[in-house]
Amino acid sequence: MPSLPQGLAASAARGAGRLSQKLGRGGGTTIPGLLLNRLRPEATAEMALAVPGGVVLLSGTNGKTTTARLVRAALDASGTRVVANTAGSNLERGVATALLNSEGAELALFEVDEAALPRLMAQTRPRVVTLMNLFRDQLDRYGELEHLVDRWRDAVAELDPAATVIYNADDPAVAEIAARHPNSVSYGIEDPRVGRDRLPHAADTTECRHCGASLHYEMVTIAHLGRWSCSECGLARVQPDVRATRVELHGLDGQRLAIATPQGPIELSLRLPGMHNSYNALAATATAVALNLAPETIGPALAKREAAFGRAERTQIGKVKVTTLLAKNPAGANENIRTMLLEDHPLHLLVLLNDRTADGQDVSWIWDVDYELLLDGGRLASLTVSGDRAYDMALRFRYAGLEPDRLSVVPSVPAALNAALQSSSPTGDLYVLPTYTALLEFQAVLADRGLVPSFWEDR
Amino acid sequence: MSTGQPAVRLCHLYPDHLNIYADRGNIAVFQRRLEWRVLSLEVVEVGLGDPIPSDCHLYYLGGGQDRDQMLVAEDLVQKADPLRHAAHDGAVVLGVCGGYQLLGHGYSDADGRRMPGIGLLDLETTAGSSRLIGDVVLDVTLGGQTRTVVGYENHAGRTHLGGGCTPLGHVRRGHGNNGDDGCEGAVAGRCLGTYLHGPLLPKNPWMADTLLGWALEHAGFGVDLEPLDDELEAAAHGAAATRAGRRR
Ligand SMILES: [Zn+2]
Repeated sequence: MPSLPQGLAASAARGAGRLSQKLGRGGGTTIPGLLLNRLRPEATAEMALAVPGGVVLLSGTNGKTTTARLVRAALDASGTRVVANTAGSNLERGVATALLNSEGAELALFEVDEAALPRLMAQTRPRVVTLMNLFRDQLDRYGELEHLVDRWRDAVAELDPAATVIYNADDPAVAEIAARHPNSVSYGIEDPRVGRDRLPHAADTTECRHCGASLHYEMVTIAHLGRWSCSECGLARVQPDVRATRVELHGLDGQRLAIATPQGPIELSLRLPGMHNSYNALAATATAVALNLAPETIGPALAKREAAFGRAERTQIGKVKVTTLLAKNPAGANENIRTMLLEDHPLHLLVLLNDRTADGQDVSWIWDVDYELLLDGGRLASLTVSGDRAYDMALRFRYAGLEPDRLSVVPSVPAALNAALQSSSPTGDLYVLPTYTALLEFQAVLADRGLVPSFWEDR
Repeated sequence: MSTGQPAVRLCHLYPDHLNIYADRGNIAVFQRRLEWRVLSLEVVEVGLGDPIPSDCHLYYLGGGQDRDQMLVAEDLVQKADPLRHAAHDGAVVLGVCGGYQLLGHGYSDADGRRMPGIGLLDLETTAGSSRLIGDVVLDVTLGGQTRTVVGYENHAGRTHLGGGCTPLGHVRRGHGNNGDDGCEGAVAGRCLGTYLHGPLLPKNPWMADTLLGWALEHAGFGVDLEPLDDELEAAAHGAAATRAGRRR
């Protein structure tokens, strides 16, 4: 098909989005962009160029939705008019759809799927790119992690030297890629009290990118993140430009961070739990600093944000307080477990495992999660498993050593929620751990009961 | 939480490098299914540069990323003799994914580079242009019994067997060794290889018990493994087989 003129292609695509919404086919967050990319493939590049303040791209396996929301909060507080994509529409079509609505925006801020990042970097010529982390995720969809690392490296090499690369200094693979770029800002955790001294099971990056020797870790924070150095060639983590000098975790209530930035210190009270959110806050702070926002603006703006969709949401159902913690890979799931273990009551869990495209069809990853920690000391009082692969999750816990009388398998999600609410009624606390599509299903069940807004209304 | 006398000694080869396809799950199945019968498993971990003991009863090789598998291959071919001797004497060897390829003669990639294997199984692997991915259902005959085995495959390699081994199973759903000949995995004596992960053993407890039975026999225990309550395993097996049928 020949490329249509821009105005015509754009209005046809917008019309398709409105039609889709009218037909009740969802929020129209991707259909217009999908159509636009067919009608006029160069449209994304043209629309990106027309945004006066330029484009900011954020990518990584974990935390991009939360981080984009934190950056958005800081930009909103500074009075900048921003166009952004919404959670779940982070491929080319989602970015194109958002750009269709970019009139009047001063800046574009997009969270981007890690496999789509190289193509979107080439198309949108970003002013700032934030590279957060690379964990093994959905092997069947992305092929192997190594391949993704190589594609990111090539994309950074092609980037305009004047563009700023923000990167996580604690992730050796990401740091090695980003440090080659002439204009970069690093971030990381400096507080030694929150680290551990050894890598968890099946950590992803344990060899030096230069010489192949084993990396040495002075401190491990999450998965393969931490204070690393190569024992052979001397390649090592740099001291980050934006760094958390103090991390105080307060269970599910949130945390306090002392952050040093080149523009001055920030004392941050964050309403998001866990060290993965410490990293998200650091990524957001580094990105905001690179966009010339002042520390006095950034701190209060970040402090106001609640968790992004499905990441540590709390809902009251009858007498039970339900906390939802999304996890779609071992690093995220392990972090959720650490956060739950900071609570002092017995744990009642509802684990929802799906294996659809957005979850990854290979559920092997659940065996790399340290669910055993929940069984130590009898902390796990009851477990209900559900979703397309409920039985796989049941076997994961059976072979972790869970007694059969604490385990229920209920494949239907609404029935599983009822069973889990019943089990947890003595203490009044239930933790729901879904994969991505299972979260959507779970939220739909809650919406049916009038408890949360539906997905595309989430901002 | 180990109970009972150490009955089976398992050598886990390269746990730091070959571990990405839920290999930990297969080890856990061996361990728990012995413990539930008041026997126990001793695990000997062997990494890069460590010598391989020849006195284990069960040897396990899992799957890794390309770069890790290459590192391992160079190390393994130099020190595989004790493993060959143990296999010859009746020890059980199980290779999954990359571990399966390493048990063969070698792997040739698209650029003609060759990664050596140790030749315990008479098979050859070459890189294909696409990955073979999805749910798998097999008919497997082991120890005189034929059963259904379920799992998940994700591999670029195309494996072809020579005359020195037979297929582990015949494909009912999925791709198998190469997507062409309807065969999956390989067996020669007590040495087995397969692309099935997910992991392999939790949903196929019969296979786990067959391998444990052989390992116990090699260890000199004349025990028959008493049956366990495998209701959950059977339900998981059935659900996986049904889903594989639907996805086709
Ligand atoms: Zn090095």
